[in-house]
Amino acid sequence: MTGRPSPGPSIAGTPRLVLKGISKVYPTVVANDQVDLAVQPGEIRAILGENGAGKSTLMKIIYGVTRPSAGQVFWEGEEVQVENPAHARSLGIGMVFQHFSLFETLTVVENVALALPGKPALDDLARRITEVSERYGLPVDPRRHIHALSVGERQRVEIIRCLLQNPRLLIMDEPTSVLTPQAVRKLFETLRQLAAEGCSILYISHKLDEIQELCHSATVLRGGKVTGECIPAQETPASMARLMIGKDLPHCEHGAAKADGELRLRLAGLSHASEDPFGTDLKDIHLDVRAGEIVGIAGVSGNGQQELLRAISGEETLAERFPVQICGVEAGRLSPGRRRKLGLAFVPEERLGRGAVPGMSLADNALLTAAHNQHMVAGGFLRFERARDFARRCIEAFNVKCGGPGAAAKSLSGGNLQKFIVGREILQAPRLLVCAQPTWGVDVGAATFIRQSIIDLRDRGCAVLVISEELDELFEICDRIAVIAKGRLSPTHPASETTVEDIGVWMSGMWPGAESIEPRPQPGRAESLNA
Amino acid sequence: MDASLFSSMLFATVVAGTPLIIVALGLLVNEKAGVLNLGAEGMMAMGAVAAFAVTHQSGSPWLGVLAGMGAGMAMALLFGVLTLTLMANQVASGLALAIFGVGLAAFVGKPFEAVALQAVPPIRIPFIADIPLIGEALYNQQALVYFSWALFWGLLWFLYRSRAGLVLRAVGESPASAHAIGYPVIRIRYLAVLFGGAMAGIGGAFLSVFYTPMWAEGMVAGRGWIALALVVFATWRPLRVMVGAYLFGGVMITQLFIQGSGLQIDFPSQLLSSLPYWATIVVLVAISRNAGTIRLNSPMSLGKPYRPDA
Repeated sequence: MTGRPSPGPSIAGTPRLVLKGISKVYPTVVANDQVDLAVQPGEIRAILGENGAGKSTLMKIIYGVTRPSAGQVFWEGEEVQVENPAHARSLGIGMVFQHFSLFETLTVVENVALALPGKPALDDLARRITEVSERYGLPVDPRRHIHALSVGERQRVEIIRCLLQNPRLLIMDEPTSVLTPQAVRKLFETLRQLAAEGCSILYISHKLDEIQELCHSATVLRGGKVTGECIPAQETPASMARLMIGKDLPHCEHGAAKADGELRLRLAGLSHASEDPFGTDLKDIHLDVRAGEIVGIAGVSGNGQQELLRAISGEETLAERFPVQICGVEAGRLSPGRRRKLGLAFVPEERLGRGAVPGMSLADNALLTAAHNQHMVAGGFLRFERARDFARRCIEAFNVKCGGPGAAAKSLSGGNLQKFIVGREILQAPRLLVCAQPTWGVDVGAATFIRQSIIDLRDRGCAVLVISEELDELFEICDRIAVIAKGRLSPTHPASETTVEDIGVWMSGMWPGAESIEPRPQPGRAESLNA
Repeated sequence: MDASLFSSMLFATVVAGTPLIIVALGLLVNEKAGVLNLGAEGMMAMGAVAAFAVTHQSGSPWLGVLAGMGAGMAMALLFGVLTLTLMANQVASGLALAIFGVGLAAFVGKPFEAVALQAVPPIRIPFIADIPLIGEALYNQQALVYFSWALFWGLLWFLYRSRAGLVLRAVGESPASAHAIGYPVIRIRYLAVLFGGAMAGIGGAFLSVFYTPMWAEGMVAGRGWIALALVVFATWRPLRVMVGAYLFGGVMITQLFIQGSGLQIDFPSQLLSSLPYWATIVVLVAISRNAGTIRLNSPMSLGKPYRPDA
């Protein structure tokens, strides 16, 4: 990415927003501790920090969703108490949430109307939406229902909803986590245009390259405190990472894959209609995963990942046996438990609710997937001692911070619970590991550890399938990469011969040889379309 | 079938369907806000007894309807405090409210058993009541029948044309998002619950003051439950609620007619009496099977408590 920040803010004059000594104390944790922050008109300021550094809490305070325990907020030179989001909007503050605050069963124009003051007529509003969307290059049809939109389109709706209120400060909370690389570039163009018109932007992210490309300045948070301010253009990713996590960015050791391992997973023309009416149907998916390799599936969420995982894990059984073959057995109609006995281990995307039962202890959660494999059942009776021992081994081997095997799953932080779940599956020495979003919402240190564990597992001869939206992650650990789009799977390509740019194009369904997907004109990409 | 028989059966069908429409449309608003109140039977029973008592004492059926409405709202307020302020489980609280309301109504109503009220004369709408065949049946009716139609049209406008209705649907789908944009979720849910209670009370009043008109223990006879079922099986759509309610009324009247006509048919009368209940549900399930439209119309947060964080 070659873009550079636009001309930059006017430093003279009153800052648009100033925070002084903002603290937010929750019963068990201090989310923000004496945070100071200033944003100038037209400035794009990054708020940089790991998960749990207090970025989102700080933004919620500015937007009036929560109140600070202490500290002052100055808006354009005057002290204010932001009572609620409506008050924030009336001041001129707009926010695009990380998890969208859209209503799926309502149309675009209805969603926008809900956030605007007064009672605009829907027809007028639809016209204004079209105007704004054309002006900022954010195409969206105001009459469509939200549930029918892609994630990128939903984000456009959120942005348009903010822009219609003519904000003077726009807060973006991790906006690129759900976008393709191409969509990220479009978003950056829009944000630069806004900043050039005088709007201030607070841009929350932990992605260093994005911040270097887009932001004029950055405030770094760690453990709720400001640990530094910098001009991203004058820093290196390594120096910003040190500010963010307090040490150098760790890296994974990744040797070459063994060739010609035993076939462990074969999807042979897997087609399956989704049971969710708004889900994605799987169409004729072919994939082989062999022992000793890691295969990654990239794609924007909602393109069939959920359905594919369910079909492989056995949560949804198929009408026929042959489309899913696990370790040489046609397993399409087998239950999840039977598939586990064949050597499958599975890490689902949702930690709480599918990966673990929130209210149960770690030992009991260990029992849920490892009972058979680790001989925790004898003569129909549970052997709790073995379950506790196994949970203790997971905790030690994966450095899980918790109160021991008796701690409830929901008492662990997201990253620690993820380490426990991944550990529970890996320590069962599976022949095939299927992993969804292995490091989603996990801090950098823990993420590197989990990735390294997966690579080590591969080196011990396990076949691994990873489904992730983080392209960097896939390129870091995978030997081969495929892309899922609209329920179809592209052929796999060696990761070393593929670029992020290629994958980004394929994510919109346009991989070489893709059929029945209408090509859209993309400047500079004509060759690959015609190929 | 001759014309006068058809006309009188149509008349009776409309009357039988009316309390269901009023109660079910109230519950529909209630549920569109994401609150499941299973106490409809209890609210109706309290509405019925309160309306009967006040009408009996004052001689005015309109004061009675107001009293019934008030009693329903009082019950709904109790439910609201339990589930919206104290965050109690909605299903358990609703079931308790149903049992409590039916029991309390029987207790309060003891002195009024075996007392009869004067029938309230229907209101005849000039000219259109003269339409042959259907005029007498549809336009020489009780005031609350006209009210149920007005309620239907008003609700259609409210839910799908007004901003307040849009906010209501938004709250029912995702209270967290509605709170994040700045809507007072709990207050909106209270209003919806109170509206549901008011309509249940009026429905009960219709039964004891206009329909029978008398008070007897257990006279609501499961209509609160069937109204709840109607809303679900009509997939939260007002028009289907109307269809279901009149279907229920129609089958009810037809089977009563068959039982009363002395026709010799080889069919147990108990099964015949249950016909309206299951026929209505079977038909509504059959016409509402499309999973996509169910997903579009059902309130996602139904029955889940929501507490805004400070």
